Amino acid sequence: MEKEPLSRQARCNRLAMEFKDGWVVNLGAGMPTLCSNYNFGDKSIIFQSENGVIGYGPLAEEGKEDLHLVNASGQYVTLNPGASIIHQVDSFSLIRGGYIDLVVLGAYEVAENGDFANWKTLGRKGGGIGGAMDLAVGAKRVFIALEHTTRDGAPRLLKNCSLPLTAPGVVSKVATNLGFFEITPEGFMLKEIAPGYTPAEVQEQTEAKLIIDPNLKEVSV
Amino acid sequence: MKNKIFDTMDDAVADIPDGATISFGGFARTGFARNLMAALLRQGAKNLIGLSNAAGAQGDEMTVSRLIEAGRMKKMVCAFTASPHPSRRTALEKLEDEGKIEAELVPQGTFIERIRAAGAGIGAFYTPTSVGTELASEKEHRNINGKEQVLEYAMPADYTFIRAYRADTWGNLQYRLSQRNFNPMMALGAKITIVEVEQDILEAGALDPDSIHTPGIVVDRIVKIPPPPEGIWDTAAIK
Repeated sequence: MEKEPLSRQARCNRLAMEFKDGWVVNLGAGMPTLCSNYNFGDKSIIFQSENGVIGYGPLAEEGKEDLHLVNASGQYVTLNPGASIIHQVDSFSLIRGGYIDLVVLGAYEVAENGDFANWKTLGRKGGGIGGAMDLAVGAKRVFIALEHTTRDGAPRLLKNCSLPLTAPGVVSKVATNLGFFEITPEGFMLKEIAPGYTPAEVQEQTEAKLIIDPNLKEVSV
Repeated sequence: MKNKIFDTMDDAVADIPDGATISFGGFARTGFARNLMAALLRQGAKNLIGLSNAAGAQGDEMTVSRLIEAGRMKKMVCAFTASPHPSRRTALEKLEDEGKIEAELVPQGTFIERIRAAGAGIGAFYTPTSVGTELASEKEHRNINGKEQVLEYAMPADYTFIRAYRADTWGNLQYRLSQRNFNPMMALGAKITIVEVEQDILEAGALDPDSIHTPGIVVDRIVKIPPPPEGIWDTAAIK
């Protein structure tokens, strides 16, 4: 059977399937913004952006951008009916105050205890934290979308993170090009696998010991 | 009543001395006081400390990066000191590697809360953000109601540069949509608040008091942005 690694959009679709009706969701820059392309059907999801936009909708069409309206990734967006605008202190009050049901972030590394690292790479003095540390401690749930390995093939799902942490012990669900995982008290559980792969092949590319769900399925999005 | 309206951007920044701390408003394309930054570049003040969410963009776009490249900044406090793309290093990263500038990295929510605290007469506060990370390693910790938190100090500024959509002669401000971002709290947190305004400045009383985002009592100087090409306006072309 032909191997079909999950595209970035497929990974985000798989995470988006977990969103519940009425959730307030913050999407990190880069890959996570693709979650908003998912067709949520009857579910109503409120997207919040840390620059103070609550209830933004699809990206603005080219030529129809409102130059005063961007999400936190700098994309020109539209507003859904019921949207509201606040300033950054109010926005982070909502974030730390527990009003955000979920944040989806990218990461360099995730560990089996729910630690993750996404703001600083080796050999660089500076970093890019943005709102990630506040979101990681404030949101009720943290999901991560990432590549399963580095370009050199080094695993990113680890026993312990090697890079500086963004927050300890907060990640609950993870999607990579090889599958969909939940973090359990015993470690990563492979819940769904990319088409054409075997659990042994996924384990080979993972440093942490995987628990294979007895009801393992193929990812279908 | 003191006249708060300045004719030019250059007049509005003329008195900024070497060594001043300046907060720069704006987030992800919107609400940046690009004209005031350009005027400060012409004015020449140096050894400045900048408080800014990001360290600015590469290329010709007018951001705080132009001031960093020109060697005017002694220190930057930012939520992003590095570019997310290692191949597109910011001017701040390059100068930091050469030991020519100091950079302090602060989580974004903590960054703006520290600015707010300075404006609100609060000396410091505890937050759970950054607990368990290397940023917290030298910070005072305290367990409050069962949650580990770190002490963060207020971060005052001498000046702030922000952009607003509308203003009146009293300095009351309205922002439009995501242009609001850090700007109301930076206006609160600085001794001298300088605002570049997009629309014509209105007479006091023209704005609905219930719809004012920043009250004029925290605003000191207002300048109308001239039409292009003299004035710098946001365009969709800026990436």
